Amino acid sequence: MIEAVGLTKRYGKTLAVDNLSFTVPTGRVTGFLGPNGAGKSTTMRMILGLDTPSGGSALIDGKRYRDLHQPLRTVGALLDAKWVHPNRSARAHLAWMAKSNRLPAKRVDEVLDIVGLSAVAGKRAGGFSLGMSQRLGIAAALLGDPQVLLFDEPVNGLDPEGILWIRKFMHRLADEGRTVFVSSHLLSEMALTAQELVVIGRGKLISQSSTEDFVSQATENTVRVRSPQLGALRTALGRTGVSIRDEGESLIVSGMDCADIGELAAQTGTVLHELSPQRGSLEEAFMQLTGDSVEYHTEIAEGQVPATLVPAGK
Amino acid sequence: MSLLTAERIKLFSTRSPWWCGLAAVVLPIGFTALLVGQANGGLEVGVTTTQATANLGRSVVMVLAALAVTTEYRFSTIRSTFQATPNRIAALLAKTAVVAALAGVLGELVAFGSWGVSRLLKPSADLALDSADDWRSVAGEGLVFALAAVLALGVGILVRQTAGAVALLLVYSLLVENLIQLIPTAGEDIHRWMPFVAADQFIGVGQRIPDPAFGPWGYLVYFAGISLVVLAAALVTANRRDA
Repeated sequence: MIEAVGLTKRYGKTLAVDNLSFTVPTGRVTGFLGPNGAGKSTTMRMILGLDTPSGGSALIDGKRYRDLHQPLRTVGALLDAKWVHPNRSARAHLAWMAKSNRLPAKRVDEVLDIVGLSAVAGKRAGGFSLGMSQRLGIAAALLGDPQVLLFDEPVNGLDPEGILWIRKFMHRLADEGRTVFVSSHLLSEMALTAQELVVIGRGKLISQSSTEDFVSQATENTVRVRSPQLGALRTALGRTGVSIRDEGESLIVSGMDCADIGELAAQTGTVLHELSPQRGSLEEAFMQLTGDSVEYHTEIAEGQVPATLVPAGK
Repeated sequence: MSLLTAERIKLFSTRSPWWCGLAAVVLPIGFTALLVGQANGGLEVGVTTTQATANLGRSVVMVLAALAVTTEYRFSTIRSTFQATPNRIAALLAKTAVVAALAGVLGELVAFGSWGVSRLLKPSADLALDSADDWRSVAGEGLVFALAAVLALGVGILVRQTAGAVALLLVYSLLVENLIQLIPTAGEDIHRWMPFVAADQFIGVGQRIPDPAFGPWGYLVYFAGISLVVLAAALVTANRRDA
């Protein structure tokens, strides 16, 4: 279990992480979600004892990372796949890490096998593609067969095959009973990968809940109805007290599901041309929740052009 | 022990230490051969003459030592290092020990290589190692190289950037220490306390200091003290700041 208590990191005047408290439960995949610059990586570096918190603490199974003995046996982490010397071979990179925690040399070949890099183990890591580098980073994280795993944006920049591989891998790790804490700025990705979600924005906690709860709370379920007798239908629906909104030639109904609307239409003898459930997009929900907490806003809002647009040089 | 092995794997699994090591040995031996081979009448070749160009090798070894840690910062592997070994002082001391040991071996290769090539080229000169002073001048290079590597590693940890650390080390050791004598009145007094001047006093090469404050071994202890102070400052800094 990972536990953050009042975790705070200050760089000069800016608060990168602001009094952040959350827990990452054992044996599940927990997503760490937030827009770019929300403080996810800083938080992960503090959990790993690389950055010193300005306040509060991060504990792994009740201990500070820097108090762990041979920490690779307890916590594996991939924060950045590029943290490898480009002229060192994949095997040598894993070999020194294994040695520093007194792990057997044969474990290096085992993890290379798990991530499918055995064939290029002797090649210099600088020549690896991003996908291969990510695999090498995951191999390094798995070296000590740790119960707790941290991944920072593991699918960033990967091709679809790589994304699918990582996603399956996370599930496999959680199925083996490990604690997986994985950060992302993509809610759609997290909805597929994580069972629990810790959401932050501007270094502050926005919510911690199960992914299911978060998604259903965040997205509004509505039904789109089209009918040549829209007026009659609106009256009938109005009597039930649900909320209705016009959208072009159709009605958007919230608070009633498709089956009930269909039956209501049959009772009132209304012809239906469309009856389709609408799911609010995860991205929209995420934007609504974290909208105020995005650090670098774009200057121009959508569809809005500044009134005084003067050509350059005049 | 496992930390030393880890650092040894790290040091020898990239190419630059091999090239630096080769250059550190070949350059001074080559220049010694030129110097001794061309010496006639005017220059009397003695045991210390054979060590006159060893400082070139010492400079290359300092580059090697600085690179051993600045490349870790350059490629952020220092974070993997501290992640694997959260006791940063232990991790960096292991690195220092491995690099210093390599530097010591290179120093002995330079010293005895230069001495050997001199004997081959000038069989007539008195180059026998028949006194404790002669042995100190030759075998002592290993100690000087090792301590210079410790100093360079400390500077590397403090500066973190390769270019900055290497420029600082080379400009300081090759130029600043000598140019400091140009400062009116105080220059000479500052110069006699410079660390690399002290190392030269131990070997018995370079400018002789009038009325030396210590004997040769005293100067070695002084040089070691400065190297260890720089290393200690580096360790405290690395332990405190964010990796």
